[in-house]
Amino acid sequence: MTKVTFIDVSGVSRTVEAQVGATVMETALRNSVPGIEAECGGACACATCHVYVADEWTETVGKPSQMEEDMLDFAAEVRPNSRLSCQIKVTEALDGLVVSTPAKQG
Amino acid sequence: MSEIIQTDAVIVGAGPVGLFAVFELGLLDIKAHLIDILPKIGGQCAELYPEKPIYDIPGYPIVTGQGLVDALTKQIQPFHPTFHLGEMVERVETLGAPEKPLFRIATDAGTTIEAKVVVIAAGGGSFQPKRPPTPGVEAYEGKSVFYSVRKIEHFRGRRVLIAGGGDSALDWALNLHPVASRVTLVHRRDEFRAAPHSVNAMRALVAEKKMDLVIAQLAGLKGADGQLSAVTLRGADQATFDVECDDLLAFYGLTMKLGPVAEWGLNLHENLIPVDTATFETSTPGVFAIGDIITYPGKLKLILSGFHEGALAAQKAHRYVYPDKKLLFQYTTSSTNLQRKLGVS
Repeated sequence: MTKVTFIDVSGVSRTVEAQVGATVMETALRNSVPGIEAECGGACACATCHVYVADEWTETVGKPSQMEEDMLDFAAEVRPNSRLSCQIKVTEALDGLVVSTPAKQG
Repeated sequence: MSEIIQTDAVIVGAGPVGLFAVFELGLLDIKAHLIDILPKIGGQCAELYPEKPIYDIPGYPIVTGQGLVDALTKQIQPFHPTFHLGEMVERVETLGAPEKPLFRIATDAGTTIEAKVVVIAAGGGSFQPKRPPTPGVEAYEGKSVFYSVRKIEHFRGRRVLIAGGGDSALDWALNLHPVASRVTLVHRRDEFRAAPHSVNAMRALVAEKKMDLVIAQLAGLKGADGQLSAVTLRGADQATFDVECDDLLAFYGLTMKLGPVAEWGLNLHENLIPVDTATFETSTPGVFAIGDIITYPGKLKLILSGFHEGALAAQKAHRYVYPDKKLLFQYTTSSTNLQRKLGVS
C-alpha cells in the first residue's frame, strides 16, 4: 500500500495510506489530516491545499504546471518546493512521499 | 435615500441554485430579484471553475461550470429576473408578522428592496478579498491597507505598494501611477497572470524608473495607529528587507466567507443554516435557504440537491406571496398555464 506522510507546522507527523490515482489533497481529506482546506474541492482554483514537498521528493513529484503556478500566487509563504496538493496524483513512485503543511492556508 | 424596490422574492446569491430558484418561483408567479457580491452571474461555477467539467447534473453527461450557468440563465429568461450584481446584502430587516412576512433588504451599494419572501442561496458565503496572512494586518485595514480601490483620491501623493500579479494588481499599478507619488509593485515571481499589454506597460514604466518592481513576498507590516510606514518583504533568497510606503493594496484573490448572513438573526449551526426539509424554511418564517449554505440530516452539497430544495421552497413561498390562492400542482409538459408562463404555448 502506498503511503504519504504529512508534517504539520508544529512538527507532528501523520503517515496515511494513499490510493494510487487519488490526489495528495484527497488523501489528506479522506484521512482527516489537518492543515489542508481545499476550499474549491480540487479545481486548482483556491490555493488552500498548499504543501511543501520534502527536498528528497521534489524531483520525483515535479514542478507545478503553469495554471498551478498562477494559483500559487494566492498562497502565503510560497517556496521553491511549494505545490498545490490537489495537483499531485499519487503514483507507486510516490510511495513514502513526505509533504509539510504551512502555518496558514490562503 | 434611493427608491425602495417592491417585489415578491429576493434571492441572495446568483449561483446555479439561486438561478434555478428563479425558475421554480417563476412557475408559481413569484417575481424575483437576485443579489450577488460577484460582478457576474454564476457563483462558484463561474468564479472558481468556469472551464471545469461537471458530471453529475441530471441530463448532462458533461457540462462546464460556465456552460451550466449559461444554460440556467437561458432557462430562467421567461421570468425576467432582475440582477443586482457586485452588491453585498448587508441587512435583512423583518417588517411584517410571521403569518404575513415582509422583509427589507439593504445592500452595501445602497439598493433597498422590500419582498414578501427571502431565499438565501449563498453557497459557501460571499466571495471576499483574501487577506494577506501578515500578522496584525487587521489594524491597518481601511486606513492604509486596502483590497480594492474605492476612492482614487485617497492615494494622491502617497507611496503605494501594490501586491499581486493578476489584472487587478497590474491595472491599479498603471492607474495609480499618475496619482501616487510612487508605485511599487510586489510579486513573488517575475511572471504575471495579467493581460500581456498591462504587463508590457508596467515593464516600460519600470525601465524608465517611473515605477518599481520588486520580486518578493509580504513578510510583515510596520507602522502605528493604522498608518503604515513600511512593508517588510522577503526575497527569493529568503532575506528580508523593508520598503517604505504609505499604503498597501493587496490583491491575493478571493475567498468565501459567511459574511453578513451571520447577522440576519437566523439560527446557525457551524456556520450553516438549519432548515425544515419539507419547506426549506429557516427559523424565520418567510426566509428560505437552499444549496450549500444549509444543513439538515443527510444534506449533500450537490448542485442537484439545491435544485430540489428550491422547488420545495417555492411551494411554501407561494403561501406567503399569494395567501388566498390555492396552489395546484402542475407539470410543465402538459400544463398550458405553465407553458404560457414559459412563453412556449
